[in-house]
Amino acid sequence: MIARLLHGVPKRALLLLGLLLAFLLVAPLFVGNYILSVLILVLYFAYTGQAWNVMMGFAGQLSLGHSLYVGLGAYTAAALYVHFGIGPWAGVWIAIAISMAAGLVIGFLAFRFGIGGVYFALLTIAFAEFTRVGFDHFMWVNGSGGFFLPVTQYSVNDPLNLRGSPTMFYYILLAITVLAFIFCRWLLTGRIGYYWLAIREEPEAAQTLGINIFRYKMIAVAISSGMTALSGVFFAFYYNNLFPEQIFSMNRSIELILGPIIGGVGSLFGPILGAFVLTALAEALNDIMVALGYELPGVKLVFYGFCLLFVVMWLPNGIWPPLRKWLKLEDRS
Amino acid sequence: MPAELILTVAVQGILTGLVYGLMALGLSVIFGVVRVVNFAHGEMMTIASYAAIVAFGAWNIDPLVSMIPIAVLLFALGYAMQAVLINPFINRPEHSQFILLAAVAIIMVNGLLMIFGPDARNVLVEYALDSIEVGPLLIDKVRVITAVLAVAIAAGLFAFFKLSRTGKAIRACADNHLGALVVGLNVKRLYALTFGIGSAIVGAAGAMMTLLIDTTPNIGPVFTLQAFVIVIIGGLGSMPGALLGGVLIGLSEAMSGLFFAPSAKTMFGVAILILVLLFRPQGLLGRKV
Repeated sequence: MIARLLHGVPKRALLLLGLLLAFLLVAPLFVGNYILSVLILVLYFAYTGQAWNVMMGFAGQLSLGHSLYVGLGAYTAAALYVHFGIGPWAGVWIAIAISMAAGLVIGFLAFRFGIGGVYFALLTIAFAEFTRVGFDHFMWVNGSGGFFLPVTQYSVNDPLNLRGSPTMFYYILLAITVLAFIFCRWLLTGRIGYYWLAIREEPEAAQTLGINIFRYKMIAVAISSGMTALSGVFFAFYYNNLFPEQIFSMNRSIELILGPIIGGVGSLFGPILGAFVLTALAEALNDIMVALGYELPGVKLVFYGFCLLFVVMWLPNGIWPPLRKWLKLEDRS
Repeated sequence: MPAELILTVAVQGILTGLVYGLMALGLSVIFGVVRVVNFAHGEMMTIASYAAIVAFGAWNIDPLVSMIPIAVLLFALGYAMQAVLINPFINRPEHSQFILLAAVAIIMVNGLLMIFGPDARNVLVEYALDSIEVGPLLIDKVRVITAVLAVAIAAGLFAFFKLSRTGKAIRACADNHLGALVVGLNVKRLYALTFGIGSAIVGAAGAMMTLLIDTTPNIGPVFTLQAFVIVIIGGLGSMPGALLGGVLIGLSEAMSGLFFAPSAKTMFGVAILILVLLFRPQGLLGRKV
C-alpha cells in the first residue's frame, strides 16, 4: 500500500512534505498562544477544505452547503456530550453517521432526479439554509439562543473528552489533517480515484465505459460529508459554543471552500496551501488594520473577495499547479 | 383566527410577493440569456436599496422617484460587470463562474458593511402608514403601489422582449448562441445589455423594497437565495414564472409568519424549492429542457 501511495512522487516532494510536517510538529514549542491559535485555524481550514475537495475536486460535484455537515457534526457530538454524557470519541461516529446520512439523502435526491451543475449547488445551499432555520427553532439544543459546552480549566488535558489546552487540540487536529491527506492520496491512487476523474471530466464517457456514475458520486458525497462532520465535532469542542446562525450559514460554506479554490481544486496539496495562504493573509491584514487603528467590520471579507476574484480570473486552477511546476515537483507517474 | 385577518395577511403577502417577483425577474432574464447564474443578485439589490436610502436621507427624494436614476445606475453596473468580468468567463466551467460571482457578492456585502455599518435602515415616506380599505380588509398603501409598479415594469419588459428589435435579438442569443453569431449579432454586446437590463430591474425592485422592509448589508445573500428560490419555482427563464414564484413565496412567508414564527418563513420557501427541484425541476411554468 505504501508503494502505491508513494508511486511517482518525486523524492524532493517527500522531503518538503517531511520538513513541513516536522515544522508543524515542533511549532507549538516555539510559538506563543496567538500564533498557535492561527495554526489551529490553518489546520482546521486545511482539513475541512480537503473534505470538500473530495466532492468537488475529485468527483466534480459543486457543494455550496458544506456548512450543513459541519453543523450537523458539531451539534450531534455536542448534544450527545451535554445531554447524555457521551464523550466526543464515541459521539463522533454518530456525528459522522448523521452527516453522511444527510449527504446521502441530498445526493440520492439530486443524482436520482438528474440534478447537476448549478441546480445541484443551489440544492445544497437550500438544504443548509433549511437546516439552519430548523435549528433556530430546535429547542432541544436551545434554538437560536446558542448551545454551549461546559468550559473547563485548561490546567489538565483530558484528550478522551476533548477538554484541554489549545496545544492538545492542535496536535489532535494535526493528526487528523495528516491522516486525511494520506487517506485522500490513497483514494486518488486507487480505482475509485480514476473513476471519479472520469466522472468529473466526461460523465457520459464514464458511463459508457460501465462506471456506475450514481454509485461513485454517492460514495464521494458520503466520504466528503462524513469527513466534514469530524471538523464540526472538533469545532464544537474547541470553541464550546454553537449558533445555528453562524455554523450553518452560507458565509461559512463559502469560507470553507475558499482555501481549496485558492490553493487548487482537485489537487491534494491545494487545500493545505490555500488554508496557509488565506489564513496568513487574513491575520496579517487584521494586524495591519489594528496597527493603523482602523477597525471596520467587513474589511477582512472584502479582502477575501478580492483574493478570490484575482485567483479565479488569473489562476483558474489555483496557486498550487503553477507553484508545483516552479518547484519541479510534478507527479511522474 | 378571524377570516379577515387571514385574508388581509394573504393579500399583503401576494402584493409583497409581486415585488419579490420583479426582483427575481432580473435574475431570470440574465440566466435565460447569458446562462450565467448571477450569484450577486441580492447584493446588487441591496446596493440599489442603499442608493434609495441615501437619496431619501440627503435630498428627500421618494424611492418611487429615485428608482428611475437608480435603475439607470444599476444598468451601468450590470453592463460593466458583464463586459469586464463575466464575458471572459462565458466558456469557463460552471463552478468558476459561480466562484467569480460569489467573490463579487462578498465584496459587495462587505463593502456596504464598511460604508453603512450593520444597522438596519429604512425609508419613512409620508404615506408609509396609510392603508386602503377594500371591503372588510385594510391593505397597506405602499404595498399596493409597489405591486402595481412591479407588474407594470414586468409588462414593459415583456413587451420589450416580444416587440423590439433589440429584444428579439436578445432572445435569439438565448435560443441559439451559435446561430446568433452566424447571423452577425454582436453577442457579447447583447449579453452585456441583458445583464444591464436584469440589473436595472433589480435596481428598481431594490428601491421599492426600501418601502417594504428594513435594509441591512446582510440581506443581500438572503435575497440572492430568495431570487433563486423564486425563479426555480417559477421556471428559470420564464418571465410570468418569476412573478408567480414571487407571489407564492410572498404568500408562504406571510402565512408562515401568521401561523408559525416569522423567523421560520425562509424554511417554507426553501421547502417549496426542494419539492419543485425534485418533482418539477424545470419549474412550474418552465419549459422542459
